[in-house]
Formats: sequence, C-alpha cells, structure tokens
Amino acid sequence: MAVVKEREEVLEVVGQRLPRVDGWAKVMGRAQYVDDLSLPGMLFGKLARSTQAHARIREVRVQRALELPGVVAVITGKDLPIRYGVFPVGQDETALAVDKVRYVGEPVAAVAAVDPYTAEEAARLIEVDYEPLPARMSLEEALAHPEPRIHDYGPFGNVHRQASLEFGDVERGFAEADYVREDLFYYEGSTHAPMEPHSALAWWDPGAKKLTLWTSHQGPHYLHKGLAKALQLEEHQVRVIVPAVGGGFGGKLDIFHHEVCAAKLSMLTGRPVKITLTREEVFYAHRGRHPELLRIRTGVTQDGRITAMHVEAYLDGGAYCSFGPATLLYAGTQQPVSYRIPHYRFQGVRVFTNKPPCGPKRGHGTPQVRCALEVHLDKLAEDLGLDPVELRLRNLTGPNEITVNWLEITSNGLRECIEKVVEASGWSRRRGRLPYGRGIGFAASAYLTGAGGSIYFSDMPHSEVHLRVDRTGVVTVYTLATEIGQGSATAIATIVAEVLGLKPQDISLVTSDTDLTPIDLGSYSSRVTLMVGNAAYDAACRVRDLLLEAVAERLQIPRHRLICRNRRIYDEENPEVGASFAQAASWAEAKFGCLATSGSYRPPEKLGTYKGSGVGPSPTYTFSACVAEVRCDPETGEVKVERVWVAHDIGRALNPILAEGQVEGSVHMAVGEALLEEQAFRKHLHRGPSLLDYKIPTVHEMPEVITLFVNTEDPRAPFSAKEVGQGPLLCVVPAILNAIADALKIRVDEVPVTPEKILKALEERRKGRPARVGPTKVPSFSFPAPERVARPPQWELEAKPA
Amino acid sequence: MLRLPGFQLHRPATLQEATQLLADLGPEAVPVAGGTDLYPKMKRRQILPKHLVSLRRIPELHGFRGDPQAGLVIGAGCTLAEIAAHPMVRVGYPGLAQAVAVCSNPLLHQMGTLGGNLCLDTRCSYYDQTDLWREALGWCMKAPGKADPAQVPCRVAPGGGRCWAVFSSDGAPILIALGARVRLVGSTGERIVPLEELYRDDGIHYLNKAHDELVAEVLLPPANGVRSTYRKVRRRGSLDFAALGVAVALRLGADGVVQRCRIVLGGVASRPLVLEEAAGLLVGQRVEPQVLERVAEAVYRAVHPMDNVDFTVYYRRRIAPVQVRRALEALAA
Repeated sequence: MAVVKEREEVLEVVGQRLPRVDGWAKVMGRAQYVDDLSLPGMLFGKLARSTQAHARIREVRVQRALELPGVVAVITGKDLPIRYGVFPVGQDETALAVDKVRYVGEPVAAVAAVDPYTAEEAARLIEVDYEPLPARMSLEEALAHPEPRIHDYGPFGNVHRQASLEFGDVERGFAEADYVREDLFYYEGSTHAPMEPHSALAWWDPGAKKLTLWTSHQGPHYLHKGLAKALQLEEHQVRVIVPAVGGGFGGKLDIFHHEVCAAKLSMLTGRPVKITLTREEVFYAHRGRHPELLRIRTGVTQDGRITAMHVEAYLDGGAYCSFGPATLLYAGTQQPVSYRIPHYRFQGVRVFTNKPPCGPKRGHGTPQVRCALEVHLDKLAEDLGLDPVELRLRNLTGPNEITVNWLEITSNGLRECIEKVVEASGWSRRRGRLPYGRGIGFAASAYLTGAGGSIYFSDMPHSEVHLRVDRTGVVTVYTLATEIGQGSATAIATIVAEVLGLKPQDISLVTSDTDLTPIDLGSYSSRVTLMVGNAAYDAACRVRDLLLEAVAERLQIPRHRLICRNRRIYDEENPEVGASFAQAASWAEAKFGCLATSGSYRPPEKLGTYKGSGVGPSPTYTFSACVAEVRCDPETGEVKVERVWVAHDIGRALNPILAEGQVEGSVHMAVGEALLEEQAFRKHLHRGPSLLDYKIPTVHEMPEVITLFVNTEDPRAPFSAKEVGQGPLLCVVPAILNAIADALKIRVDEVPVTPEKILKALEERRKGRPARVGPTKVPSFSFPAPERVARPPQWELEAKPA
Repeated sequence: MLRLPGFQLHRPATLQEATQLLADLGPEAVPVAGGTDLYPKMKRRQILPKHLVSLRRIPELHGFRGDPQAGLVIGAGCTLAEIAAHPMVRVGYPGLAQAVAVCSNPLLHQMGTLGGNLCLDTRCSYYDQTDLWREALGWCMKAPGKADPAQVPCRVAPGGGRCWAVFSSDGAPILIALGARVRLVGSTGERIVPLEELYRDDGIHYLNKAHDELVAEVLLPPANGVRSTYRKVRRRGSLDFAALGVAVALRLGADGVVQRCRIVLGGVASRPLVLEEAAGLLVGQRVEPQVLERVAEAVYRAVHPMDNVDFTVYYRRRIAPVQVRRALEALAA
C-alpha cells in the first residue's frame, strides 16, 4: 500500500490545473469511439425486441428475416441458452429471451446483415408468438400479486432479495429517545443517459479461435468473464478492448445483450459484427437508479442527539438481478458514516417488476436513502426548534472511527465541509429569512472511495499496473483501468509523472485491453484513482528506485540526494549535476536490463463479519455538504435552482479542473433527479424513451455552482486523493428539496419535484390539510427478523451513561 | 441511431413545379422544407412517404417584403433564425420574434422554416414514438401501422371516435393573434385566407388545405400600435414543445382602454384555440385586476386539454389562466 512520501510538500504536477491528457483528442473529434471503428467485411447487427412486458414465448419465426437479401445470420434464444449475470448470485439473464420475456424492449432475436438498413428491416420481420402474462409495473403490484412469478428464484413471490440487520439494540435506543419522528419518501427511478449510446464490435478469429470485442464499457474485466461464460469459451479465448467511452455513470457495467449477440453473430458468420444501440434501446438497457420507497424513523434526545434509527427500503428492481443485491445493501450502509447512530436497523427488499432492469447509477443505491434521510433530518430539526445545520453538527462522525455497522473511517472532513458551505452561502443570516418563494436548503452526505469487496470472491489484488521505461525516456503505463470520461487516464498519468519528475502528457497509457493490460476491476464505486492510483504509485516508485540507483552510480552522488523533477534527475544540493530523464533511463537499462515494474493494490480487510458486511467497506470515505438556493413560482409551481454551494472532502485534488468538473457534473445530474428526470411507465410502456421526452436539464436549468474543496490527509489514498465522481451528487438532491420547503413552506416528499406536485401541495395547504405531497403508506410486507450484530467495542464503552 | 427510410427526393425550382409534383404524385408525396419535424418522424416510422418534395430551392418562398407600417409579408421558407433576428419583426411584431425564438432549440432555428412551423404535424405521447414502441402499444388511430385502421382507437380517449393529437406550433398562435393571413398556392391557383382558417379540430386532418397546396407567404397586417407577446410553458428552457403556448395581441388607447385584443392558445387542442370570450371581456376595459379575474375564469372554462403531451391535464388547465393574465399584464405595463 502507498505511504505518504517525503516529497509531498514539493508536488510538481499533483494539484495543478493542467489539461486532461485525453482532452485534445476529444475536443477535436479525434477520439475513436466504438461506433467510429470499422473492420473489413464488417456486418451490422440489430436486436429484435419484445413488444410484451411479460409473456411466454411460444415461437420465434425468423424465416422472413433470413430471406431478406443482405441478411447473413439470425439467432434466437436457442442459440445462446447459457444464463449469465454480473453477480455470481444473479445468473438470471440470457442474451436473447429463451422462454419468457420480462419487459418491453427485451431482446428476443438478433440479425447480422451487410448494412444497418437491412439489419433494421430484418429485425422488423422477426415474428414472435407470445402468450401474455399479467405485467407488474410497480413494487406495490409485484408484492400484491405473487403469482405468476416473474422469476422462479428468490425467497417467494416476486421478492428478489431481502436484508434485515440490526446493530446494537434499536428498541433500547428508541426507549432512550425524548422524541421520535417517522417519515416516508419516494425516489423515482432515473437513467444514466450517457452521451454515447452503447456499442460493440466483435471479431471472431477462426484460426486463433479467439474473440476480440471492442465495446463501450466501464468494467471490461467482469465483462470478459461474463462473455466467456455466455459464449462457452475459455477466458483466454476472449479479449475485451475499450476505446474512448462517451460516459458511463454505471450504465455500462453489466454484460449486455448486444455484446454477447455481436460476439455470437461473429462466431457464426466468421465476419466482424457491430451493434450500436439507438437511444431508445439505451433506455431499455437501463440498469439505472432503482425507484425506491423509504421509511425512516429516528429517535433523538431533547438536545438533538440521535439515539436510534430504523431505515426501511423498498426497491423496485425491474426484471433482472443486475447489481441488485449490492444496491439493496448499499441503501443501508452510508447513514452511519456521516452521523453517529448508536443503534441502527436496516431492512430492505428488492422486488422484480416487468420493467428494464435497474442497477448501479452514480452513487449506487445510496442517493435515494440519503435524500430521504436529509429531508427527514430537516423536519426533525424543525420539530426540535433547531437549525438544521446544528442538528447535523451534533451528530457528526469524526476521523478514525469505526461506525456502528463496522465501517472504518480514516480521514473525515465533514465538519469542515459544513462550515465552508454555511459560511460561503450566508446560511445563518438567510435561512428562513428570504422572501416567500425563495429559499435555501442544506444537506450533507458520505460516500465510499472504492468498494472494499470485489463482485466475485478472491484474495487477489483489485488493481494492477505494469510500468515500462526505455532508453529513449518513454514511460508507458499498462492498466485495465477504463477512462469513461471521468479522468482516470489523467489521474494515473499525474501520479506517475509526479513520482518520476515528468509531466502528465509525458506518460503513455495503454489501457482497457484484457490481452495487454493487467487486471483492474473497473470504473465503478469511485475506485480507480485510489486503487489504480496506489498500484501506479507503487510501480512508479519501483522504477524510480532503479533510475536513482543507476544515476547515483554513474555520477557518484549519494542516492538520497537525488531528486526527480522537471524531466531531470539531479543532485538536490547541486542542481546542475544530473541527467535528463532519458539519459537516466539509458543508464538504468544498461545496469539492470529491460526496465519494467509492477504495482498492485488490494483494499484493507473489512472489519464486519456479518452477512452483507461485504457491501459498504471502503479504504476511505469522502464527505460532502451542500447549500442550494432556489426561486419558486407559487402560481405555476416552477422551480429554478439558482445557486449551489458544494464542499467536498476530496483529500487532495490531483487535478482541480477535473475535480471541479466532477462536482459540476454531479450538480447537473442532481438537478435532473430532483426536478425533472423519471424513468417512468404508463401501462406497460416507458413514457418516452427519447432525449426529448426524458428531461435531462439543459444549460437553462443549470445553476451557478460554487465548488469548495476540503483537504484532508489520508495515508490510504495516493497523495491523499479521495473520490469526487459520485459523492458530491448525494447531498445536492436533498438540499434542493429542503430549499423548496424553505421557499414555499411545503413538503414534496417525492422526486422529481415537478410543478404539478408543488401546486398540489400548495392546494392541500389552502384546503387546511398538511402541505405535503408524497407517499402515505408502505406495502404490507413482513421483513425477516433482523440479524443482531454486536457493535464495535468502542460503541459499548461510549454507550455507558456518563 | 435511427435510420431514415428510403424515399425519392424531388427538388423543384419554382412553386408551380412543386405544386404540380404534389398534384401528380398524390398522397405518397410530402413537402419538406427544413425537415426538423419530418425527418425524425420518418425515422420513427410515423410517416413513410415515397416522395419528398423539397422546397429549399424555391426563391419565391424566401425573403421579407413590406414593413410594419404597411404590413409585413414573410416568405414561408424563411428560417426561424432569420425571423427571430429580423429588425422589422422585432420592432413591429415582438410577439412573433419571441415565439420563433423559443421554438425547439437554437440549432434547429437554422433549418426550421415558418411554413414548416405553421404546418407542424400534431403531436401526441402515444404517436411520437418509434414503431417498436407503438407496436407494443397496439398502434393508434393516427398511425395504425400493422393494425386494421378501422379497429384502432385513439389511445387518449378510446371512445371518442376522433384523434386528439395536439397542435403545438409556437408560430401559429401568435400569428393568428396578430391577424395574419396566409397565401396558399396550389397547382391550379392560389388563395389568401386568415391563418386560423387553415386549421381544423382533428388530430389527423388538422390542415384545411388541398394536398397540392403550399403555404407560400404569411401576410401580417400593419402593426398599428398593436402590442404582442408569447409565453411558452414547457419542462425545460429549450428543446421542448409547448405544453401550453399563450399568444396575445392587444391595442390600448391613450386612456389605457383596450381597443382590440386577441388571445390564442397552442398546445391544448388539435388546432390553435382562439379565446374569443376571454378577449371580448377586455375590449372597452382597462387591464385591471377585476377584469383580469373574469378573463382568467373564461380561459379556465375554455381550456380542456387531454392527457397526451407533457404535464398533467390538471396542471395545464390550472396554468392557462395564470399565463394569460401574465401576458396581459406584461402588455399593459
């Protein structure tokens, strides 16, 4: 593992506002995305999709499609019967539906043709004979009608997974409370909508018996394993390459139908096959935010200290497993990371419905419950007559703590984050004092920097890097880490450049090719900067040692006086004496032979031993606080988010431009989820699977964003660089909701907060009823008795009365 | 990417040639100007014309004539960007400049034309979808697809026996409020009609014109002190079609009394909705709170949207009186 190094005070490139290493190619249109690629003899594939939400397949007739001139191959579920899934416990998908379809848009057949027009036409000619089954389009419906089951696995009915955990003694905690409040909240589903639709190009080399798949993906390693299984190949027969990716946000992490089908079609035809999804198909591929109903009950003392909390989460999972088991558990993990909760119970259930599968979207599983919690705490503060910020401050976690659910916090800048946004926004003099229609709201949040556990059990590293230096001074870093736009390439280049005294653009990167690069688990859970960064740091330090040793010997300078800076290695006491980097490299090559080093990273062991304890641990956590300012029109219900202050404990920003971009992107996505976006259905159909009907904020809806970074020292992160890709999203959504409550004195306990809902809440008030719109009940469902987990020892000590 | 289906493109150089082509080719030919609405609809297989008659090379459709004192004539082929930026439009008919400026987004203003905007196909959340989606729905009356047309109901109001698709042009309501007329040119002759007479209350047959007739020009009357404005309700500040468009043209006397007023709504019916009763309440009155309240009530009574575009029916009906009042207040200020 990386350690803080001696030169940290004289960082040369870390922390500088440098252009991203892939910026030029992307801005100039030179970056090659999968759909830009083409191979000789390439065919175009197209998936034929289900028009039924839930039905048995009696027959798939492909004859008319096969007869269309230009069609080369057609496959159905019979050709790809192997079940796969990204989770070992969730092997419930096939590339093409085998005997049943479970949502409108699920692929039932695939064609390959000489051009995309013919492929599209052929897909239309595929006829499917269905026996319709009742479709369950909401979690309430799915729970109320256990038969016919959507899947034949899971504990019962349409329940996919359940979780029930208790840390400490929640009933005792509530008994100790002076006041208990309970709230319900509904968080609508949303989708990632990356700019680049999914695309895959497959080429089966019949001579080598090897499949190469170029694909727009965030997790080539898991895909590699999944493809081998689905296609019944050995893993070494599969090579996955990820070129430039136009955004992922969690939507390109699963093993997707079009990837398996393109591969199979190439194996059958002996020709390369490309399938690029349409925007509508991206909405069906989905794996987005789970619609989630939440019930939170919290007990507090008179002075606002939390004594107990009980969270219930009902997740609408859509038609398949995807990352669902993790999503479900994540819902329970992060509350105790931001606030000290002495007794904590989490119960959750994930239900199958006849909609495109839900999965991981930025913040995976945590934004829904975070939003519900922060709105709930706002109301709790109001009940107690406390400033909402003050209530949070009285319950904050600190650095170097173990939470009640056994998560290990190292650095923790949450208090400073709160202080910064409160100060910058003028919170204390403005909250509750703005004219009617204008308001400000606050929220805080926590997130992990990399999942501590991998998706499949293993004791191997999570990230590995090879690093090569040659006599010309070329430095090449090899890693499977995948640049999806988040800036991982720049982050890795910055770390290596810092260690070797170079500039980020001096570093060549070979990434995301399972044949050429050592393993990294993928661009998810905000893990790459920390995990690949630590591995790259290790590899760079090792090669630096070789370079220093060679230079020390040639120049007869004590090694400890040598320093790598400005593309030179020189005597710190006598800077004129030294060598260029290339000269140093050639001396080292002469001395040691071919210069190649490796680095690996494995996260710390988790502390918890309970069932489900694998989800939630992280090497370190980030913390964020947000104040949002809104202007609402009480006559039309329209809301404009005018300004958002976000403070984020990033540890240290490797590159502030990239880090600020992540915060601004998070605010954009948060505004969408808070006010506009919904992956919603009418009858059995998506309400509008297009970028016209699915309302992503435009520049007009984008508020001014004031980004404030809080720096903390964290020995577990390379140069203390913690995550920034997901955490800053979490607190923004509830801050906007709390601001609307401040502006209009109403509560819309449901996202998106639309003008319709605001007018409805205002009307409720006019009629003398509670000025609230939101869920009023949870489905009748009995959670299993919670598994009682003993708390970490220090909690037992603290719990004793003073 | 959705693929454009095949078609034969015709590029006539004169209006006469264009209208003759439409007459000869019949219903399988469709005119296209900017194509900003037509091509996406073809990609979604809502319309599958065999022939497209392009109007882009016809000089007679381009340019501005006259001025706000005498009346301005705008060629139907002028782009929305040209109109929004035109000084005579901005000064004489500010409501029109506002309306075209909030159409869709700035990129489409470069291609979209006034004639295309006035002939914009009606919209519906059950119709403006891909053929896969519509097949999963079971198709609809306006585009029966693979189904037997006689058997497919309107999905919005299945028992109604008609199509309820919504007319959501931003240009038409304000031009009707301003009293514009259009010159229609067909293969056998031409006629000039008040713009409002171009529209019918039917989601499928929404234009009162022969197949070979083209909107050639829009004739605006002298501005003559008429104030005008356009307000658009949509989910976002760009891209979205009007869930409600409010166009008001008003002339005030020196004493502040309304001499003439027209209020026209878009996005709530299959044609622009002219609110005569509401406008009539204003004539002879000052724009004052008590009058505005009665106007608002009349607006509420007249608006009956269906659940087939963005926002709930309840919301669009509630918001129409508010937006009309705001438009009137802005003009009277």
